[in-house]
Formats: sequence, C-alpha cells, structure tokens
Amino acid sequence: MDFTLTEEQRMFADTARALFADTVTPDHWRRMMAAGETRDPARWAAIVESGFTQILLPEDAGGLALAEIDFALIAEAAGYVALPDPLVESAGIAAPMLASLAPDHAALADPAASIAIQHPANPLVADADSAAAIVLHRDGQAFVATPDQVRLVRRESIDPFRSVFAVEWDEATPLGSADWDLALDRGAVFAAAQGLGLAQRAIDMAVAYAKERQQFGKPIGTYQSVKHMLASAQVGIEFARPVVHAAAAQIGHRDVFSRARVSHAKIVALEAADQAARASIQVHGAMGYSWEVDVHLLLKRALALTGQWGTPAVHRARIGERLFTRPTGPDTTFAREYDHA
Amino acid sequence: MDLAYTPEQQAFRAEVRAWLAANVPAEPLDHFDASREGFEAHRRWEATLKTGDWGMVTWPKEYGGRGLDLIQWLIFEEEYARAGAPGRVGQNGIFLLGPTLIEFGTQAQKERFLPPMASGEEIWAQAWSEPQAGSDLAGVRATAVRDGDAYVLNGHKIWSSRAAFADIAFGLFRAPGSERHKGLSLIFFPLDTPGVTVNPIRKINGHVGFAEIFLEDVRVPAFNRLGDEGQGWHICMATAGFERGLMLRSPARYQVAAAALADLWKVRGNSADPALEADVVRAFMNAEAYALSIYRTASALIAGASIGPEASTNKIFWSELDIHLHRTALAILGPEAELLSEPGAHDWIDDYIFSLAGPIYAGSNEIQRNIIAERMLGLPR
Repeated sequence: MDFTLTEEQRMFADTARALFADTVTPDHWRRMMAAGETRDPARWAAIVESGFTQILLPEDAGGLALAEIDFALIAEAAGYVALPDPLVESAGIAAPMLASLAPDHAALADPAASIAIQHPANPLVADADSAAAIVLHRDGQAFVATPDQVRLVRRESIDPFRSVFAVEWDEATPLGSADWDLALDRGAVFAAAQGLGLAQRAIDMAVAYAKERQQFGKPIGTYQSVKHMLASAQVGIEFARPVVHAAAAQIGHRDVFSRARVSHAKIVALEAADQAARASIQVHGAMGYSWEVDVHLLLKRALALTGQWGTPAVHRARIGERLFTRPTGPDTTFAREYDHA
Repeated sequence: MDLAYTPEQQAFRAEVRAWLAANVPAEPLDHFDASREGFEAHRRWEATLKTGDWGMVTWPKEYGGRGLDLIQWLIFEEEYARAGAPGRVGQNGIFLLGPTLIEFGTQAQKERFLPPMASGEEIWAQAWSEPQAGSDLAGVRATAVRDGDAYVLNGHKIWSSRAAFADIAFGLFRAPGSERHKGLSLIFFPLDTPGVTVNPIRKINGHVGFAEIFLEDVRVPAFNRLGDEGQGWHICMATAGFERGLMLRSPARYQVAAAALADLWKVRGNSADPALEADVVRAFMNAEAYALSIYRTASALIAGASIGPEASTNKIFWSELDIHLHRTALAILGPEAELLSEPGAHDWIDDYIFSLAGPIYAGSNEIQRNIIAERMLGLPR
C-alpha cells in the first residue's frame, strides 16, 4: 500500500505545468478569443514534442504505454490553464480506444494528429472538425471516419474554447464492438482531473485579487467572510484529489468498485471546480462578472465538463449500485471484485 | 502508487480481526462519560488491549507499542471499528499526548509516562482551554512558577475532556508576566494532587464528558514539564497537528457509520425519496474520500513528509461529514428520529448530538478556516 506519486510522475506533471504556463497565458486566451480560435498550432507542436499525445498508446503503436494515473496529472495541469486544445479527449480517451480497435490506423502513426470521439454519454463531439479521425458509435459498435466523410454541425458552447459538433453519418469504417464503458471511465476521470486544476486556478486567482484589492482601507483578503469562502473551496479540492488519483490508479480493475470510484471522482472534482469558480467570481465582485477578468473561463469549462462523460445523476447511480449491492465498510476501501482472479 | 495491501498487511489484518473477535466484550460497555462505572469498564478494556500489545500499535515496543507503521495503524483502526470495540477512554493520551511525548520527551519521561498510558493505568485529560481562552488559546492565564525542582501551578482550566474521572492532565501554563505565545510551558499534573479541584460539567446529552479544573498552589515536579520552558506553544501546535491531522478521527468510524446508514436506508428508506437516497450515497462518498485522504497522508508521512496546515482541512471535512451523515439517518427515521435508541441498537440520535461537537472542539472550524486561508492560501492576517 503506497499512495504516493513516483518521482517520475511528479517530474511529468512538472513538465506539463511548465509547458502550459508558458504556452497558455492570459494573453494567449485573449488572442484566441478575439480570433475565435480553439487551437493554437505552435502550442500543439510543443505538446506533441513533449510526448503527451502518446502517453497512453502501447509501445508498438509508438506510445509510452503509461497508465491513466500518469495522464491524469497532465489533465490536472491542463485544467489549471483551461487548455483550449483537444489534448485530453484525443490522447486520453480517443487514441487509446482507436489503438485497441485498429492499432494500424494512420491517425495513430502521426503523433501530431488529433482524434475525436463520439460516445453515447455525449450527444456532441468535441473538436471533430480538426481531427484526423473520428471514432463513432452506433448500437454499441465502433466505426471510424474522417471529418470529410461525415456531416458536422457546429453548436456554440458558452465555453469559448470548446468546439463541439453534432455528427451525422451514414457510412464509416466498422471497427467492431468496443469497450464504451472504459471510454466513459477514462473520460470521467480525466474530466475530474481537469476539474481539480480548474478549481485550484480559480482559488489562486481569487487569492491574488483578494491580496491586492482594498476596501475600507485594507485588502479584502483580511476579512474572514472572504477567507472562509475560499478555505471551504480549498477543502473541496483537498478531498477530491485523493479520490481522483485513486480512481485513475484503479481504473484498470474495471469492476463495480473501480467504476464507483471513477464516478465519485467525477462528481466531487467538478463540484469543487464549480464551488471554487463561483467563489472566485464572488471575491472578484463586479470584476468577476465581467468579460475582462478570466475567471469566467474556469466557470464555463467546469460547467461544460460537469455534463460530459456522464452527468452527476448517472455517476451517482453507479456509486449507489456499489454501495447497495456490494460489501461496505472500512475494510473495503481498496476492494476489488476479482481479488483472486 | 500501489493501492493494494501487501500479503504482510493482509496477514496483519487477519491477526487483528481474530484477536478482536476473541476479546471484544459481547455486551456494550456503559459510555465512559456516563458514569464512573462506565469509565472503569473502559479502563479494564484498555488493560485487556494491553495484554495483546494493542494499546497503541505505532509506538516503539519498549513503551508498550508494536513499532508498526501508519498503514498498519489504519488497518488496526479499521478492524477495531468493524468489530464495534469500545471507545478509547485514553484517547487524549494515546492519540494526542503520546506522539508528542515521543517527539519531545526525554528518555526518562517516555519510560515514566508512556507504558501506563498504553495500558490504561493512567488515563489522561487535556487542560488547555480557560474561561477566557478558547479559540484564542494564546490568551491562557494559568501560571507556573518555578520553585527549586518543582513548579507551583495556579489557574482555572475548563472544557477538559475526561477530566471528571481521569487520573492526570496535561496543561498549558505561562510564566508570570509573559504574554501570548511566549513563556508558555506544557506541564503534567495528577488530578489528585493537593490544590486541584475538579468540577464535572454535563454535556449536551447529560453525560459528564468534561470538567473545569481549579488549581491553587498545586506543586508538581519539574520533571513533569514536556520540552523546554517557554516551548509550550510550539509543542501544543504539534499536538494539535496530530489531533486535527490524523489520529483523533481515524476514517474507519465514518465508514462503519456510512455502511450502517446504507443498511438503514435498505430497511427503512423510502424509494420515493431520491433526494434522501442521494444523501445516503453522499455520506458514503464523504467517508470514502476521508479514508483515501488519510491513506494518502499516511503514505506521505511514511515517505518522510510532515503534516502542515492542510491538517486543518481534515478537521473541517470529518466534522462536517459526521453531521451530514447523522442528519441523513435522522431524516430516514423520520417521526422516530427523536427516540433514544434501544440497548444494542445503532445510536443514531446520540451520535448525531455528539457530531455537533465536531466543529467546536480541537480548534473550532472557524479557526481552522482562518488557518487554511492564512497558511495554505497565503491570505493576509
């Protein structure tokens, strides 16, 4: 039993944080919003260069064959900057799924190619227009197509960096039956990891503002009403993070226990993001309600991710199944369905 | 990261489970705060634990422990809670003062105080708060004056848990004329020393869970001072770190309560009330989250980290989850929520009343939020 991250994992996360801190500054956000763009070619090149697009791919597909816990740390760093580019869904969910169904697909051979995925949990497909391949779902079967083989209808998200599409299609290359539950688990746990990052960024922005902004002759951060609101939001993060990390580490068990933990992570991490973002807006006062202060980007991403990869109600039901049909108690924290399999 | 128990850890769990199955009293004991009889029954249970060297498994063997690590301690606590074993009447000593003694005590002090603490021969009370020093603990006025190889203690302590029946207390005293965090010392005083008067105070549930203590020229050997003179604040904060961070509320009791809540919902729940079912699920999630967080902390401590201000987030989380869990149980019980429980039944109403103490003791949650805001987030004082 060891619930610590390895040196290698911490280094990986540091690399991701540094790369995103350099390439996703508030200036970048502003320029992209002004131009109506959701991707940045220079940043994507840097991401590809770092190897992040191939973390979950098997070695024979040119990947690093690392695990979900490794990618979750990168997703958390991506959340901290509300990363516009499609790294998390492409490299975290779509690419490993395509690799499991069609390991020789051309989109996997190019580390710079992004892959989009349609899932029964999500009516829309993110970043389908710029993808080299779109993994499609119909009646439990998987298919793959290129954007020009399907009809894409862009829908406007309140998140300026989310590019989402209704996808209509008649013919695509069949890939056979696929593990859509595993895709859901990955989607949920990486959304949760992003939620942790979004939440911490919202609090950090509020703390910075509360130290500077003066009212009644002193910084508003000296007032206990402000302190306690942000402290409560931080408590939410502190008790979501271990759940997210455990969920990511146990995702491979693929049983009722591990699925409940993924669901738990998804619910609480995005609640933490929502709580922190709303607290941050409140601390920023009227500035927080303005377009000019970036905190709304965090609120909007948290809102979008809350509904993707399973709603809170879907995930609560999965936890209920675990709670009401399996042994519960202090000796079951790390239980597996097939302990001796 | 490896979230599986080793074969050794599994064997340890089996050993604990077997011992508890053979030794936990079949009939629940009277609560240790309810009566002298209940208190002494719990003292005898501590002695029984000692026969198996289960008093405090993380302590070194020479002081009555087993020299185990924090993961094994968590496994012990899990089995202890699963078995419904009696509450730990010695918790002020074993969970709070004990680790502090091991860190700050002299060899002679460890040999004198730890073994009877582990065996229950000496049950400890905490004597920090005063009528004018609650959340503002640095405002304590009780004094310790050095006189040869002794201290003479004077003052008025209050809200001292277990003091009504306990044997000895650890208190915070200041050098006359000193102010605030300076000049404080942590000093032990047996509660039967001449000049000590203990007046029990009844808790919200009628039990004498705490007491006020008057000290009038109470003479104790200088040997009873833990750490250096004037180091008292620093030592108290280390004790509070154990209290808030890890040991006071091990996660297992909440996981046992969450499991009991799920059972209550299955038997008594109304499937037409999905909001209440969501609260049952939430109570389970909270207990799991707390357990995972403590496993993470224990792993970090084993790897060489230390507990920082994030300990304050634990105290907020467990106290709030405890209240939520028990309110959910009362909502399921509905019109019967007010009824005192039958002997042997899960005592939802008394446990709920007890949960209301959580946000108050061990540093109120308002103080914890200040600590988080100022020391974790860096907001100005």
